[in-house]
Amino acid sequence: MVRLNDLADGQAGRLVSLDGDRAFRRRLMELGLLPGTPVRVVRRAEIGGVLELEVRRARLTVRTSEACLVFVQP
Amino acid sequence: MTRATRAAETTLRVAIAGNPNTGKTTLFNQLTGARGKVGNYPGVTVERHFAPLALEGHGTVELMDVPGTYSLSARSREEQLAIQAVAGLHPLERPDLVVCVVDSTQAVRNLYLVLQLIELGLPLVVALNMSDRLESTGQTLDARALEEQLGVPCVPIVAARGQGLVELKRAMARVLSEPARGRPGWRWEPGDPLLVADARTVARELPAEWIAGDADRARALALWALLSLDEGDELAGIPPGLRAVVARRRKLAEASKRNLDEEIIRGRYEWLDARAKLFLRESAARISLTDRVDRVLLHPALGFAIFLALMTVVFQALFAGADPLIGWIEQLFAWLGARTAALLPAGLLADLVENGLVAGVGSVLVFLPQILLLFLFLGILEDTGYMARVAYLMDRVMRVLGLHGRAFVPMLSGYACAVPAILATRTMERQRDRLLTMLVVPLMTCSARLPVYGLLIAAMVPVGGAGPFTQGLLLAGMYLFSTVVALAAAAVLGRTVLKGPRVPLLLEMPPYRVPHWPSVVHMMWEKSLVFVKEAGTVILVCTVAMWALLSFPRHPGNEALELLGAQAEAVQEAIEGGDPEAVVDEAERRVAAERLAQSFGGRLGHALEPVLAPLGFDWKIGIGLIGAFAAREVFVSTMAVVYGLGAGEEENEVALRERLLTETRADGSRLYTPLVCLALMVFFALSCQCMSTLAVVKRETGSWRWPSFLFAYMTVLAWVASFAVYQGGKWLGFE
Repeated sequence: MVRLNDLADGQAGRLVSLDGDRAFRRRLMELGLLPGTPVRVVRRAEIGGVLELEVRRARLTVRTSEACLVFVQP
Repeated sequence: MTRATRAAETTLRVAIAGNPNTGKTTLFNQLTGARGKVGNYPGVTVERHFAPLALEGHGTVELMDVPGTYSLSARSREEQLAIQAVAGLHPLERPDLVVCVVDSTQAVRNLYLVLQLIELGLPLVVALNMSDRLESTGQTLDARALEEQLGVPCVPIVAARGQGLVELKRAMARVLSEPARGRPGWRWEPGDPLLVADARTVARELPAEWIAGDADRARALALWALLSLDEGDELAGIPPGLRAVVARRRKLAEASKRNLDEEIIRGRYEWLDARAKLFLRESAARISLTDRVDRVLLHPALGFAIFLALMTVVFQALFAGADPLIGWIEQLFAWLGARTAALLPAGLLADLVENGLVAGVGSVLVFLPQILLLFLFLGILEDTGYMARVAYLMDRVMRVLGLHGRAFVPMLSGYACAVPAILATRTMERQRDRLLTMLVVPLMTCSARLPVYGLLIAAMVPVGGAGPFTQGLLLAGMYLFSTVVALAAAAVLGRTVLKGPRVPLLLEMPPYRVPHWPSVVHMMWEKSLVFVKEAGTVILVCTVAMWALLSFPRHPGNEALELLGAQAEAVQEAIEGGDPEAVVDEAERRVAAERLAQSFGGRLGHALEPVLAPLGFDWKIGIGLIGAFAAREVFVSTMAVVYGLGAGEEENEVALRERLLTETRADGSRLYTPLVCLALMVFFALSCQCMSTLAVVKRETGSWRWPSFLFAYMTVLAWVASFAVYQGGKWLGFE
């Protein structure tokens, strides 16, 4: 199990658990990222400090500081 | 009963809901054309659109939009609007039908919202938008099979091209006639007996008017409350009893290691995932065009360079591109004012018409070129999907300052003019983000400050030698200064006055799309109209008030002065045989100067002198500052009148520059020393000398509270900074 921002660009994994405050976890789950859901890191913006993810065919952006609250099984 | 109220009672209401980026607005505009009205949701400054729509068998129904949302659960007041609007919770009225727009290419995630709407027992029609793009994403969506699973009508459409709208309208009309067709009863139900018990207990605390005697609706609202309420939410109108029971049930659940949020959300997604293969067929996703474009546009180096280039184009167009149009509008209204005044007998009325009314209308319309251009760009940036990328590229920089990533474009347009920039803050969802941006944008060096800087820099640095270079350096310094102050103000205000919970950045990156031009044009038109109607009236009233302030009272002494002028003219003519017209002009200019000094505004300038003296300003500068409240550049022409040079003409400006070099204080020392000029520039950089900015902030925030705060904090900041520059400079031995 690793943190989401430890995945390389293009690497995928399955969600294990979510940490962080309730609003963050609830919003991610409502966007369809639940335990067991595949998630892929598409790319990251070094200057922006943001990660782009693919979840259920949708592209989402998450801050790197928040992505380390997301645990995945590569 | 009047006809109007009877009509209002019988008009059916249809709400359009959906996830963000599903083409909701496009569908709204396609269905209704450009006949919409725009209002605000009560209590929050979120726009609400209404438009009439003719439906067979129902006459004209009223269509209204619901803010785009991924879910009905809410934490902020803005998010709460969705549940209030669809369920008809106080103070909003219950719709007779909800149309939920779904992005067909991301069906499962979009159906999450549809399930919630079904749970609420609302008559529902699902519009499967962008059905033409399924193929290119390697999917097929069987609308009939989906309809069977959901139990509500599902209509494939392509809103941007107007396809499927006839069928959609037919389905809407049918459900309005027979609501049962759109109310299938619960699809997903909480299966876990513990969760059922939680919902039942919470439902007992729901206000009776929420439930409206419907047990299904009560259970759905109970789940909504369990998912939405906690200590940190900002929701309004939640009964304390409901809060208490939710807190209790959540605590109980936590004690037994249950996660209620996850149970509810996973329940809905499992229901959808289990049935997805019945209506959705997917092959492996191909590399999309969006992906290939993003490889370039989001490239760490190249993407950033393209971003900067694009922003330069936007800025240049706003700054320079709008200029000729603005010039024409100004000339047109100067001409119109002179013409109408010529039709009236010379005197007070003609003056009011020319310098109050016509000038006032002109000062409203003069903003339109920049507003139209900015909203053209915003429409393109939003519709193509690039705006989400701007937030992605700029988030870290903006976050340090406490600003939203989307605040970048409004901040940038603030260098052209604060008015369109403040209107553009609507692209941010949260009121707090919008407010913070509105409060710092007026600090950016806008184009109206340039004439003032030009005048003062010319007075500071003589032309010739290294003059032009030093002048350029000073101007650049003023830009840098305003930018640093604006960013610092954002950092401070965001941590104090507008301290709010940190919001996770969870944005969707929509696929790139061709803009829907009618919607872009519609937005440009709508924004301009709202500005002219709502902010424009305030600006017009202020212009007339400013005119009155600087024209009254008509002191009887003035007439004596005029007589004196006429006599002087005659005497001069007799003695020198000089040019009588020049002498009359000179007399008129002196009269104007004296009149201004005697006016309420002039007296106010005098009264302000004790406050302004520590900054090195005299009462004449005080009058200039009052005049500049109409618009900053008016400072230049007001000063020209104050010094008896006459306003408006280019030669007067040259004369004014020379005058500034020779103007002295009572003790004979030079007034406009470089230090005073610098202090005055700093004052202009930081003070909110602009009634239009305040008018538009009033319009956007819905009260005078925030414009008052904006004016107060900027004025205090300006005074303190100018004081520091002048007194500090003197102490250091500068003059």
